[in-house]
Amino acid sequence: MFYALKIAMRYLTASKAQTALLVSGVAVGVFIFIFMSALIGGLAEFILSRTVGDISHVTIKAEDRDPAILIVPEGHILAVTERGRLRTATLTEAPTWVPLIESVPGVIAVSPQITGAGFLTRGAQVAQVSVTGLEPGRESAILNLDGYMVEGSARLGSGSVVLGRRLAGDLSLSLGQTLRLQSAGGVSTVLTLSGIFETGNGMIDGSSVFVALPTARTLFALPQGVTRIEIKLADLNAADATALRIRALTGLDAVPWTDGAGQLMEALNAQAQTGYFLKSFALITIVIGVASALLLSTYRRRPEIGIMRAMGAGRGFVVFVFVAQGALIGLMGGLTGAALGYLALLPFPARGDFRPGTLPMDITQGSYGLAITLTVIGAILASILPARAAARVDPVTAIGQ
Amino acid sequence: MSALLRVSELVKTFGQGEAATRVLRGLSLTLAAGEMAALLGPSGSGKSTLLTILGTLMKPTSGSHVMLGVDLVAADDAALTEFRNRHIGFVFQFHNLLPDFTALENVVFPTAVREGRETAAARARGRDLLTRMGLGDRIDFPSSSLSGGQKQRVAVARALMNRPELVLADEPTGNLDRASAMQVMALIAEITRDEGTTFLISTHDEKIASLCRRQIVVGDGLVTG
Repeated sequence: MFYALKIAMRYLTASKAQTALLVSGVAVGVFIFIFMSALIGGLAEFILSRTVGDISHVTIKAEDRDPAILIVPEGHILAVTERGRLRTATLTEAPTWVPLIESVPGVIAVSPQITGAGFLTRGAQVAQVSVTGLEPGRESAILNLDGYMVEGSARLGSGSVVLGRRLAGDLSLSLGQTLRLQSAGGVSTVLTLSGIFETGNGMIDGSSVFVALPTARTLFALPQGVTRIEIKLADLNAADATALRIRALTGLDAVPWTDGAGQLMEALNAQAQTGYFLKSFALITIVIGVASALLLSTYRRRPEIGIMRAMGAGRGFVVFVFVAQGALIGLMGGLTGAALGYLALLPFPARGDFRPGTLPMDITQGSYGLAITLTVIGAILASILPARAAARVDPVTAIGQ
Repeated sequence: MSALLRVSELVKTFGQGEAATRVLRGLSLTLAAGEMAALLGPSGSGKSTLLTILGTLMKPTSGSHVMLGVDLVAADDAALTEFRNRHIGFVFQFHNLLPDFTALENVVFPTAVREGRETAAARARGRDLLTRMGLGDRIDFPSSSLSGGQKQRVAVARALMNRPELVLADEPTGNLDRASAMQVMALIAEITRDEGTTFLISTHDEKIASLCRRQIVVGDGLVTG
């Protein structure tokens, strides 16, 4: 078949302009394929980083204990202690589990937290807030507080509080001012505002306050343990598998972020489907282009095919000559398109530097190998019909043309 | 001389029903090894159809066709393709070279297609044949740049490349001037003598036919003389 390959190459080089045009057409298709892959992939990455990037990828919450049942020895009275709103379930063995969880592959940060509801008071103004107690030194483990600070520092110490710009605005707060934070259980403490952040998320900026874990212990009357452990992963797509692993390792109810993100996942899937459609159309264009060009070539070379058949070339040989042309066109077009696609994506910022207002093109998600492979396969499939037509050429009729 | 091929009661009909045309009507013929024969007859007498069947490019409607002891009527397409490659050479009226190939590449084609590559031995034989044809200085020329006579000599060299026992030539000089025609015929006569190849040459030209040792006249689908 080496000789058939030589003939295929000769045919391609004999009509340089036609071949160049054909390869260019294929390259454009591959370029679109790569561009779409980078755009769809980058867009998904961007959306995920904006929506899920600052939340816990796997969360372990303390489970509420079943209420105690009190059975009166005589008579039929059954009494239970009702689940109290103020009684918080705790993960008492957190200090033991944290190092264990940190050792799980893919885990990049673990943040034991105490969370609860509270009221922030300054003078006559009162705001209902969501309080999160963070371990000093791990303030930015999950939500990148350091990155969102607009005033002061994210560093949490005893007696300090960090809150969002919107909440600070609502209560007319500025750095260094003191304010009173009262838990839903009635415990209150006086704190100094040490930092103001702005995430762009209205919920967080308007109602979240962060305090040091010891402060939260006092507020929520939890001398030991935490109420939840938040875990951040290097690859947020690995959340399901990592949650299962942590569950198997600790026996705790580790919940991946995907559990509560059905709509987001649907939207991302829909976006991915759109990408598949667009990429499929690009491939179909390539297949049709190659098939039509090779069919024309088959027709134009009918007399030559007839001569080859008369000289003892079998049908398989003729098929291989045309399929090889298809494969070579696919390979050349694929490589050219991939190179052009890569060069076109180079000026776009890397995935970690996506900014609003620019196209989030991810050069690493160009699917270059896949684009080249699918193009070669598509071009080979496209050449089968012309190749079969060529193999069926009757040498007597063709030579007489 | 022993018989190289034998056809008997050869019938070839084109079309069906009322439109059917019977071109060969029970033609029988034997060709001996090393023979140089001319095939004569008016247009429409069945000469080209006979050559096409002898060249295994077409099967007869009925009759037998045996060459080198092989029943070629019973053989399938793949077997016929291989048989044709090994034992039969063709020279067409319009040379029919591959235009994108050099003279040498055209000549070695029948061997290369069988062996899957152009071997050094094949190229050496191709050069030798082209030199014998007086084209030693045109070996690597693109076939499209050669004159009509040169192209026809390349076609003769290609037909001889695989040392076939039979070469079928359909009006090989029909498109050439007298001098070129005589040059090609002289080459054919020389090769017939040197290599023992059987040539069957279809022609309208009495002068060309007279250069052959035997004249076979076909008329109305039968051998008439």
